[in-house]
Amino acid sequence: MIGLNHYLLLATILFGIGVYGVFAKRNAVAVLMSVELMLNAVNINFVAINKFIQPSNTIGQLFAIFVIVVAAAEVAVGLALIISIYRLKKSVNLNDFNLMKW
Amino acid sequence: MMNIQNLLHISWLIPALPFLAFAIIGLFLHRWPKTAAAASILAIGGSFVLSLPLAFTVFTGAPEQVYEISARWLSMPGLRVDMGIMIDPLTAVMLIVVTTVALLVQIYSLGYMDKDPGLASYFAYQSIFAGSMLGLVVASNFGQLFVFWELVGICSYLLIGFWFGKESARDAAIKAFVTNRVGDFGFLLGILFLTIVFGTLNYSELAVRLAGYNNMAVLLPISILLFFGPMGKSAQFPLHVWLPDAMEGPTPVSALIHAATMVAAGVYLIARAFFIFSHTPQAMFLIAVVGGFTALFAASIALVQNDIKRILAYSTLSQLGYMVMAMGIGAMTAGMFHLMTHAFFKSLLFLAAGSVIHALHEEQDIWKMGQLSHKMPITTWTFVIGALALAGIPPLSGFWSKDEILLGAYAGGYTGLYVLGSLVAFMTAFYMFRLIFTAFFGSNTHGHHAHESSSVMTVPLMILALFSIAAGFVGSPFTDNIFGHFITAPGAHHHEASLTIMAVSSLIALSGILLAWMIYQKGIISHEVLRQRFSGIYQLLYRKYYVDEIYSWLIAVFVDGGARLLEWIDLKIVNGAVNGLAFITGWSGQTLRYTEDGQVQSYALYLLAGVVVILITAMWAVFTALA
Repeated sequence: MIGLNHYLLLATILFGIGVYGVFAKRNAVAVLMSVELMLNAVNINFVAINKFIQPSNTIGQLFAIFVIVVAAAEVAVGLALIISIYRLKKSVNLNDFNLMKW
Repeated sequence: MMNIQNLLHISWLIPALPFLAFAIIGLFLHRWPKTAAAASILAIGGSFVLSLPLAFTVFTGAPEQVYEISARWLSMPGLRVDMGIMIDPLTAVMLIVVTTVALLVQIYSLGYMDKDPGLASYFAYQSIFAGSMLGLVVASNFGQLFVFWELVGICSYLLIGFWFGKESARDAAIKAFVTNRVGDFGFLLGILFLTIVFGTLNYSELAVRLAGYNNMAVLLPISILLFFGPMGKSAQFPLHVWLPDAMEGPTPVSALIHAATMVAAGVYLIARAFFIFSHTPQAMFLIAVVGGFTALFAASIALVQNDIKRILAYSTLSQLGYMVMAMGIGAMTAGMFHLMTHAFFKSLLFLAAGSVIHALHEEQDIWKMGQLSHKMPITTWTFVIGALALAGIPPLSGFWSKDEILLGAYAGGYTGLYVLGSLVAFMTAFYMFRLIFTAFFGSNTHGHHAHESSSVMTVPLMILALFSIAAGFVGSPFTDNIFGHFITAPGAHHHEASLTIMAVSSLIALSGILLAWMIYQKGIISHEVLRQRFSGIYQLLYRKYYVDEIYSWLIAVFVDGGARLLEWIDLKIVNGAVNGLAFITGWSGQTLRYTEDGQVQSYALYLLAGVVVILITAMWAVFTALA
């Protein structure tokens, strides 16, 4: 029987993969995708907790949809930034984005 | 009896007049040197005139009478200092001596300093010195005395360094000042000790509170600390080194300050505080030994010096040692008596020497003088009178006072000091007449064109010569020793004059003169041969026992060495700490800036690390709270 713990475990693994991607990937697009993974891990949490702990209302599901909307907007802005910086640097490698270096 | 109260009420004018003259000269008259000189002389003349009736009243009254008025000057818990006037026979003697000598010296200075561009400031300094010295004398307590004590020290410094263009004069002034600081520091400690123990500084109150006091463990350090003052000011061994160098000042200054008055202030202080010293036999013994040693030590140096003023300076040292020794053996009367006579004949000697130096255009080497007796008869004969008085030839003043000291030593059972004193008397007669036969008689003129000084200089010489002859009679058996009748203190010993002692000391003085005559006038014994035969001793004496060199060495080792050590500590430890702090800050900045690599990912990583740490801490806190 699949219970709450299984969902939470899945969300944790997904979040972990996202964190790893954000810190370890050097491709800006991949980092953006990793951020999406983390957001989706959170969405799984929201929905699962809503289903198993308080099935009588739908606040968790509402929040999940809210997050998806924000994530879509965020990806749009993020991709726009990456394209603009790509025009400047001819690269999407984060190692080249070091304008704030000492 | 003259109404003493009225006199007393104006007696504060005696020190105030010269101070007023100083202020007037300093503020208004510095452009008119002759007027400044007149103001200064008028002021000290006024003090002299005021002192006369005061002294007359004191010496016609009862000896133990003390007139005192004081007003509170400053007061705080544990310390009260009054400003006041105390007139007793001791003060009266000092007033007469100081005003007389100061007046004569200032008149003499008119002639001696007439070409000097700094005449106005010279007289300003002379005035403030006279005022301070008189203030010291009339002070009613140790606090006030100390203030004036320091003031005369400042005047001494200013006047030694009066010709500050000369490096030697500057150095001498600084040396005098610094050496005196050593003594005055001990003196100040002694005064503070007094006020802590007895709660007052007034002489009369102290005398009352001390009467039944027997705690030697307290009194002995007080006495010894107080004695530091006279040791510095009266130039007793080992703080004597400044006085010979002080001869760099103008000669009238040497006469007034460094022979007659200021250096005698130390002796006066011992007499004033005799009621304290006489309580502690150990301190008295120390004073006697220091005085006796200084007398012999300085007299032996004077034997071989060639500079006329230095010979007189060492003679002053030696005579001060005599007075201090007299105080130490309890012959306080004799010590004060010698102070008085010495003030007259030693200032006479200095002024006469100044007359010679003036005539010879600043020549001070006695071997370059000679045959002055024909060209400067008044100077010569007054000098001879002074020298005879100093040597102790009867019936001149020095004979009576020196004799009384020797008598005190002999009758008091201090046979060693008596022999020492007699030896010093012999040396004194010898070196004075070595000087006279070489400089004033002799055979060689060295081509100098000396001429007698003007009367403004010779008249003070003659007046002082008169005093040098006659001043001793007040303490002689002819006047029933009226001096000893007035100047005495509890614990001071007095002895009946002894003909034997008188005869012996006269013979000693005469033999000293005779020996000098044989060596330096007749040449029966060649002094060149003597010098070569005893070249080791000669060098030792000529170099003043190398005391200056020893002090230089001590200063080089301890003061300079200490300074070097402190410099090292400052550079390496203090600076090191400060610089080290700056270096650590700089170094950490240099190192930590490499964390700012511009990679947003690494910043995020730090953020994550921080979150993890906070999380772990929070969880740990929650779990420990639960457990």
